Amino acid sequence: MKQFLIFIKKEFAHVLRDRKTLLILFGMPVVQILIFGFALTNEVKNAKIVIMDQANDIASQQIISKIRASRYFEIAETIHSPQQIESAFKKGNIRLALIFPAQFNNNLMHQHLAQLQVIADASDPNNATTLTSYISSIIQDYATGIAKTSNIPYRISPEIRFLYNPQLKGAPNYVPGVMALVLMLVCVMMTAVSIVKEKETGTMEILLVSPFSPFKVIVSKAIPYLILSLVNVTSILLLSVFVLDLPINGSILLLFAESTLFIITCLTIGIFISVKTNTMQLAMLISLMGMMLPTILFSGFMFPIENMPVPLQVISNIIPAKWYYIIVKDIMIKGLGFSAFWKETLILVAITVVMMVISLKSFKIRLS
Amino acid sequence: MEAVNVKNLVKIYGKDKTAVDDISFSVNQGEIFGLIGPDGAGKTSIFRVLTTLLLPDGGSATVDGFDVVKDYKQIRSRVGYMPGKFSLYQDLSVEENLNFFATIFNTTIAENYHLIKDIYVQLEPFKNRRAGQLSGGMKQKLALCCALIHKPVVLFLDEPTTGVDPVSRKEFWEILQQLKEQNITIVVSTPYMDEANRCDRIAMIQSGQLLSVDTPANIIKSYPEQLYAIKANNMHALLKILHEYNQVKSSYAFGEFAHISFKEPKFNPDQAVTYLETKGLQDIELIKTEVTIEDCFIKLL
Amino acid sequence: MSEIVIKTDKLTKRFGDFIAANEITFKVNKGEIFGFLGANGAGKTTAMRMLCGLSIPSSGQATIAGFDVYKQTEQIKKNIGYMSQKFSLYEDLTVLENINFFGGIYGLTDKELKTKSAQLIDQLGLQLQAKKLVASLPLGWKQKLSFSVAVLHEPKIVFLDEPTGGVDPVTRRQFWDLIYDAADRGVTIFVTTHYMDEAEYCNRISIMVDGVIKALDTPRNLKDTFHANNMDEVFYELARSAKRSE
Repeated sequence: MKQFLIFIKKEFAHVLRDRKTLLILFGMPVVQILIFGFALTNEVKNAKIVIMDQANDIASQQIISKIRASRYFEIAETIHSPQQIESAFKKGNIRLALIFPAQFNNNLMHQHLAQLQVIADASDPNNATTLTSYISSIIQDYATGIAKTSNIPYRISPEIRFLYNPQLKGAPNYVPGVMALVLMLVCVMMTAVSIVKEKETGTMEILLVSPFSPFKVIVSKAIPYLILSLVNVTSILLLSVFVLDLPINGSILLLFAESTLFIITCLTIGIFISVKTNTMQLAMLISLMGMMLPTILFSGFMFPIENMPVPLQVISNIIPAKWYYIIVKDIMIKGLGFSAFWKETLILVAITVVMMVISLKSFKIRLS
Repeated sequence: MEAVNVKNLVKIYGKDKTAVDDISFSVNQGEIFGLIGPDGAGKTSIFRVLTTLLLPDGGSATVDGFDVVKDYKQIRSRVGYMPGKFSLYQDLSVEENLNFFATIFNTTIAENYHLIKDIYVQLEPFKNRRAGQLSGGMKQKLALCCALIHKPVVLFLDEPTTGVDPVSRKEFWEILQQLKEQNITIVVSTPYMDEANRCDRIAMIQSGQLLSVDTPANIIKSYPEQLYAIKANNMHALLKILHEYNQVKSSYAFGEFAHISFKEPKFNPDQAVTYLETKGLQDIELIKTEVTIEDCFIKLL
Repeated sequence: MSEIVIKTDKLTKRFGDFIAANEITFKVNKGEIFGFLGANGAGKTTAMRMLCGLSIPSSGQATIAGFDVYKQTEQIKKNIGYMSQKFSLYEDLTVLENINFFGGIYGLTDKELKTKSAQLIDQLGLQLQAKKLVASLPLGWKQKLSFSVAVLHEPKIVFLDEPTGGVDPVTRRQFWDLIYDAADRGVTIFVTTHYMDEAEYCNRISIMVDGVIKALDTPRNLKDTFHANNMDEVFYELARSAKRSE
């Protein structure tokens, strides 16, 4: 155990003393999140919407004024027939339509439940999800507001419809995507490089010629990166919640548990690469080309998988980032629980176990 | 019992690159045993087989009675190894390196401090300095400390003095002598022929083959010819002329002089002086000289 | 008096407070084999870098092949050859490719290259290896080849940084034969080594200790001055007082 601890301590010293790597390690996720975040959120401000108010009562008016006050939306026009909605969207500059049914306030007051409809232009799926979530939260905010003053659990349920791209195919929701990307990079590349570095500098020789078992060498190499990656996950989430105003809708604990699983998957891949390569250069190349590219291409983060040719769709199934991306989206955005993605979790576990067995089998207790 | 026993050892890389070609020798307990040979002779391969880092392709070897293939775990906890390249963590301090290796080998600095004390006192002023910022000689000493800290039965040092200046080399060998007195068996390799005399016994190796194994004194004694040292006003010309002189068996530069031997044991060296003078050389000095290990090595090539 | 090709006057290099080379003054004649000795960290590498035009001195003067080390570094580089133990040739190129590459960067024409490479390969007896990768050659051959490549463009001076480290005794002597041949052709040789017997092969040697040239003379005179039997003793006498190392 003492051996283990000193090894981990040493590993931290390596990371913490290499200022440049450290900067990349912790600076990269921040920069990525901010670049992705602001590049995509700029548009969300003052998005043009149309409103069709069939109720025209106190509740609908109050919600409309709340929307008008928010910095995200700009009410372009008020319309009166469903046909006008379509033509408004077709003009292209309208992102979202909000429809209050007749008797909106009545339903709310008497049945304690009112419905309204949100129609979003999903041709830019990321934008659509962001806008609908903003508008939903404004509406929820109103409902909880009046519920608080009167002690009655008023609920307003927005019925959301997406136009043009109803399944939000390949919704490039960048936070889960960046998380997958950053974890992949940190875990796979850093572990692979740090192990291969010991081979290159010759310290691996000395470690092998010691009673400390090679298996333990590997495990203690991986642990610091597990911890560092969790730090990265935390910083990404903090940024997305507090800087980008993207809430985490599901369980944070679950999110961290799944992230830990994905980190372990990545670590095993990193270890596998390090076992198979002898130079840092090669390890880096394989990590970048062999892992980063497929992550970007096949995780669904950048390009919708459904639009790909079948063989590529099949390939995408072995990319761990794809499953992690789905899980994170489910937790963060949809706010779903474990029952929704136990299958994806199982697949990740399976990939991890397979990789672990392969890398442990191919790990050599000697040189070459 | 022998500390190291190597029997018909063969190591082949790839298809046909024979690095170690049927080498056998043994090292007695408590002796300093030198593997003498140039780069690429196969010294490192032998070290790696003995430290269980490589599997032999033929033959067998034992270290402290344990087989290098079967009992690799036992060997790993009994030997100290200092690879040719500086193999410590450059970004850890002197003390951190030592502490790390002590812990990895299940011991503490305090426990075996007596072994490294003489070396470590020189490092102590720099104990908080990162290993990467140490001088060549200091790095060497730190690496030796790290290899010694678990009180190994056999210490393997692969070219510890390569690229090190003569003063530091001398110091290093004095340290090894002290370790020998602590009853640690030392197997050391070097490309410097003059260091052979510092070993109890040596194995001369070239191109994966064993040229000779014996004490340095015996190897020198077995040199078959009388060796002469010769010099003249123009050394380069002298060497060229000696090369073409049909009485000469071998001739080569050797420091200030050239070393030569003659084909006929009864040959009168004065004849050679006369011959060289007719070739236009002046200030010729020809004297009998002692054979060195380097002469023996050249002879065996 | 023969032509002077290296001339330094109080050449100094400072790194902050640290004086790596302190007022180095010496001259080297054309065709001379000049041994540049010193303990690890004495400042040999720093001095050599300044002489090769790779590092600008902090103070002092030096001319290499008649060119100033401050202003004419480009001309210096054209007139010198360089070889070190660490980097010499590209291992993943063949013998011929290496010759052509290094000849090419020194501006040799195709015709010159052709005759020169044929000559060189002949001289070294590498006919069978010409199309093999340098990596497959034994170290001694690599070093001989690398020296020949360093003098391919007929430089006035060639700098050799520990050229024979780890080379077997026979090949080491063959290497020195090449050095002598080059010196006979008028090439000035500036060489560092840790082998003290090789120091004896030099016409003159300097020994650097803690950034200062402590001794400079012929091997014979140095041995007489220090009442030593060999260069090893001279070196030890001078270098053991060294305070610093690298």
